[in-house]
Order: sequence, then structure tokens, then C-alpha cells
Amino acid sequence: MSISIIIEKCTGCTLCVKACPFDAIKIVNKKAVIDLHKCTLCGACRDACKFKAVLLEKTPAKCDLPNIKDYKGIWVFAEQKNGRVQSVAYELLGKAQELAKKLNTNVSPVRDNGAHKVADGCLRQPISNGVSAVLIGNKLEDQLDELIFCGADNIYLVEAPELANFQDEPYTNILVELVKKYKPEILLCGATNIGRSLISRVAINIKAGLTADCTGLDIDPDKKILMQTRPAFGGNIMATIISPNYRPQMATVRHKVFAPMAADKKRKGKVIKESFDPKLYFSRTKLLDIIEEIESTVNLSEADIIVSGGRGLGGPENFKLLEDLAHVLGAAVGSSRAAVDAGWIPYSHQVGQTGRTVGPKIYFACGISGQIQHLVGMQSSKIIVAINKDPEAPIFKVATYGIVGDLFQVVPALTQAFKIALRK
Amino acid sequence: MNIIVCIKQVPETTEVRINPETNTLMREGVKSIINPFDMYAIEEAVRLKERFGGKVTVVTMGPPQADSALREAISMGADEGYLVCDRAFAGSDTWATSYTLAGAIKKLGTFDLIICGKQASDGDTAQVGPGISTHLNIPQVTYVKKVEEATDKSMRLERMLEEGYEIIETPLPALLTVVKEINEPRIPSLKGLMRAKSAKITMLTQKELELDPQQIGLCGSPTQVVKIFTPTPRVGGQVLKGEVADIAKQLVELIKDEVN
Repeated sequence: MSISIIIEKCTGCTLCVKACPFDAIKIVNKKAVIDLHKCTLCGACRDACKFKAVLLEKTPAKCDLPNIKDYKGIWVFAEQKNGRVQSVAYELLGKAQELAKKLNTNVSPVRDNGAHKVADGCLRQPISNGVSAVLIGNKLEDQLDELIFCGADNIYLVEAPELANFQDEPYTNILVELVKKYKPEILLCGATNIGRSLISRVAINIKAGLTADCTGLDIDPDKKILMQTRPAFGGNIMATIISPNYRPQMATVRHKVFAPMAADKKRKGKVIKESFDPKLYFSRTKLLDIIEEIESTVNLSEADIIVSGGRGLGGPENFKLLEDLAHVLGAAVGSSRAAVDAGWIPYSHQVGQTGRTVGPKIYFACGISGQIQHLVGMQSSKIIVAINKDPEAPIFKVATYGIVGDLFQVVPALTQAFKIALRK
Repeated sequence: MNIIVCIKQVPETTEVRINPETNTLMREGVKSIINPFDMYAIEEAVRLKERFGGKVTVVTMGPPQADSALREAISMGADEGYLVCDRAFAGSDTWATSYTLAGAIKKLGTFDLIICGKQASDGDTAQVGPGISTHLNIPQVTYVKKVEEATDKSMRLERMLEEGYEIIETPLPALLTVVKEINEPRIPSLKGLMRAKSAKITMLTQKELELDPQQIGLCGSPTQVVKIFTPTPRVGGQVLKGEVADIAKQLVELIKDEVN
């Protein structure tokens, strides 16, 4: 693979310089010059060039590639904590079902109501072709039905007392062995702290392509490969990424990016129990304790509604106002960096570039000016409500509903109004 | 304690804006900085060195100008800088990058600890740290927010999760990725700045590292970027007007279907 400028065609117009997301092109003596250290061969300059002066050769590299035709089906790693499958797994199962239909590999209809017809009307393929959940832990029987109701055609279940809690090494070993044995075409995982730690190790071990934090997943209709779209540079650009020559095609997805399918209690699925050599369950790191933060309002990732506060709150005691509103709405409490740096609220509440990225249904920004570092962490929220006394605050540029006013009056009024509306 | 810190030079992301007329990235005057999360990694390494003695080595993979990132780390108290730089490494994704960095670390000899930032602010993948530990086959503890105890043989750490934290003990050598909460990076001293200016940065190329050519650069990268585009920017909506109680009622009407 290589990229070059056809000097005769280049007019030095700088279109490619402007198009390059990586600042890799400069004009030297009225001709474009590409800095190959910075270039990622993304092709943005080729697409921008009106003179066809960018030559991008994406010939397949001479690498030893795995036999990708053997890989079938879509897997979702169903992360569990305390024996409970995390909500992101259900969201991914819903998406996986949609992708499976596009891939046309989902040929194991789980019930025959004519909703989806099978090509040629026969079940030629092994059951591993559908959507599968991978569940690792201990005593997880009570989680199986819900996974099946929400889109799992199969569940690969690995249980042992020493697997009760996540640890990097045993979970990696098990997932690697399962992938080698059953060869899934696609492997999806929640972009949680655990998911990102685990899946990175798995991808290195089996030499697979892994794309982090995808906000869009689709199937290329011709090539039948996974198109993975994700933000980069703090959401300033989007990139679509493929792993055409390696399997499984692996991606992580944050909470709330996709919606789960409605649970269907008539769905049927198959549970495949696996166990491995106990040596694989050994962990060099030892998990000594798990400390749950007492506040119920802290899990920002899974929250449907987040009430966040910033510098405008004026002091730690005023977070109480937000907690009251959050309590009525069943919301989590977030904050801007300014409030965390001032010591008003713990770091685990911070939303933004150096904190958490969230995408709830509703995000209340109270007394938050809307610096870009904060916006990149919350601008994918479905509805943004901004409350700020400065009408020029940048937060209003992204807010679905803006309220210019004093949060010390507005927030209690909202709490009261929702209390009445929700009859609490 | 022999500590290696892996850092990345990134554009100061927040200054990357979209030109609304041409819909392209405006980069004039965008500075290159050390990835903010790596600053915590450097600081933690220097603190551990101050407690236990030893050496802090910073490693980065990037273009020749990443030299300045290594010097900045030295100004904060790191001892040596290595720049992994070769055109053969260009186009590396996280797989090939972690393979290459792991290869460079093997060349540097024995170590007790590797520290990385939890992720880079330009790519946000959080994949290279775990990738390095996997290539080196050492234990990892990600999202570390506190070092509770450390000896030259093991460490007890607090690892951040979504709804709390875990206490994990790991033998050394190991790899940690750290979050912002772990410390507050120092401002370099004048002495540090002087030392950084004259410090020798060692360049490591493919010739020195002798890595498998099939595993580096584009050839070694399973992922390919096929399209880059600018997202439709979010635009402001409706500003609610009136008395506070009235505004509250309006908002309830507008969003109550989403609240249940």
C-alpha cells in the first residue's frame, strides 16, 4: 500500500491540505508533499482532489492472512457484574440481530411466524451462524432467559467459582479459546472499563482488528463486511473503519448507543456449556476487594437521565439542588471538570474529555458554560437541557432546550414541576 | 525500580475546529502536546522513582517531532527518552503500534513496571496499553486511580470501575494504565527544563528493533480507515421564555415522554 502525489497533475490548490485530518500534507514549491510519518492512508485527500493527483494504492498487503471464510455468526460478550448481565450487552444483542439479517447469516429462525423467511426455506447452516452471547462467571442460570428473549440465539456459557468476578487473564484466555474453537465472524463488546481491558487483550492474542467506541455499525452490502464508524479527535471527525482480512471483526460500543430489542418471551435459544483446563482460569493479578460507591447516583454510563452541574453551582453544598431533581427523575448526577477540580464532587461524576463520555436520553447542564472538553463528553445525548444565566454560554449552541436564568430558581422549579407531573 | 512510561504526542484536540464554510478541519496554530492522560503516567512514575530509587524511561512512537514530547517528560523528572521512529511503522493501528512498542521495550532490557495513560485524547481507543502487556505477556491493571502499596515485587492498586473501584494486587513486572484521579502532574523545575534541553534522545528504528516486517506498519494492521468525514454539528434548539414556573411547565410538557 502506498500513497503519492502525481506531480504533473498537482496544481498546489491546497484542497488536500485542508482535507487531511492528520495535518500530513504541506505545499512545497506549489506541489503537495505528504508526510508519511503522519499519513494514515485514509484517502481524504484523494477524495478532495479535483485533479486526480493523489495516487492511493491499496493493494492487499503480502501478509499471511487467516482463512476468513470459516468464520460465521455474530457474538456479543455479555459482561456481568455480581451475576447480573450489564445493560450494554442487551443493546448489542439487539444490534447484532439487525446486523445478522443484513449479513444473511442468521438462518436459524427461532420461531416461525413468517416474520423473517429463510432463504430456500431450509436450515442448512449450523446453529453457530446466528447471534450468540458469551457469558463468563459463576451461577448465571437466572440470566440465560433474558439474554435469549433479547436476541441471543445461542449462549456460550463458561462457569466456575474462580470466574465469578472479572479478571483480565482468565477471561481473556477463555474468550480466546472460544473464538478459536467456534470462529465467529463478528465479536462485539461493551466499551466499559472491563470490556475495553478484556477485548484489547483478546484482539492482540488472536490478531484481529478492533475498533473502539463505535457509534455506528453496518454491513457493507456487497462485501458483507462490518463497517465500523467512530468519532476521533474528540468527536470533531468521524472515521469508518473495516478489518476486511482478519476475523473476527471486533468492535466496542458504549452504553446507550444502540437500543435493545423488546424482550420476546417466545424466543428460543440454545445454551452451550463449555469448560476449560483450570490452568486457563489462573490469574496473576489478585482481586482483593470490590468497593461499591454508596451513592446510587454515580453510574453515569447506564443512566437514562443525567443532571450535571458546573462552576455556576458556586459550591459543593449546592449539588443538593441537582440531587433533588435527579431523585425525582431517577437520574444520575454528573459534573463538569471545573466542579471536580474545585473539589466539590468526586472525579467519578466527571463528564467530558478527561472524565466519562455519556449519551443519555436527557442531559441537564446546570451552570455549565459548555467548554469543548465538556461538550465532547455529552453531545451525543438525545435531548440536552441547558440552564445558564449567560445567554452567550456555548452550551446553548448544542442545547435542545435552553433556559436563560438563575439555576437556583430554575432547578427547584423543575424539581417541583416534575414531581407534580410524575406524581411523586 | 525500573519504570517505563509510554507516551504519545497528540494535537491539542480541543483546538481542532470545523470551518463551517468549507466543512474542513481548521488546524492553524494547533499545538502538539503530550496526551493529557500520559502526564499522569509520567508523574506517577517519577513519584515511584522518588520513593524507591531507580530510573524512569519514556518511550514514544511517532514522527521525529515527537522528540519534544520526550524532552517534556524528562523535564518532569524522567531520565531517558527513546523515540521509536521509522517510515516502516507508518500507518500502524493499535495492533501494530502495541507490537512495535512491546518490541522496543524488549530492546531496553529488564524493567519492573510499565505505566501508560488510560487512553490517548486523539484516538480514545484505550487499546495500546493492554496491547503492550499482552505482547509482553505480563499482567495488567487498567484504570488505576491509586497506588495503595508498592514494593519492588508487587503493588496493591485501586482500579476504577463504573460504579466504584476494585482493589487489585499484581506481581511485578506489570503494566498499569492510569486515570486523572491518581495524581496532579508537576510543573517542571528550571533544573528539569535545562536537563531536558541537553538530554540525549535515542532513536530506535526498524534496523535496531528487527521486528517481523509482517507485523508492523500497514501490513501488520488488521484495521483500515476507509472513510473520514465531519459529523453534522449539533445545533442549538429552542430557548424557553417566560416566568420560571412557566418555563418549568413548558419543559415538563416537552420532555415528559422521555421520563418514565
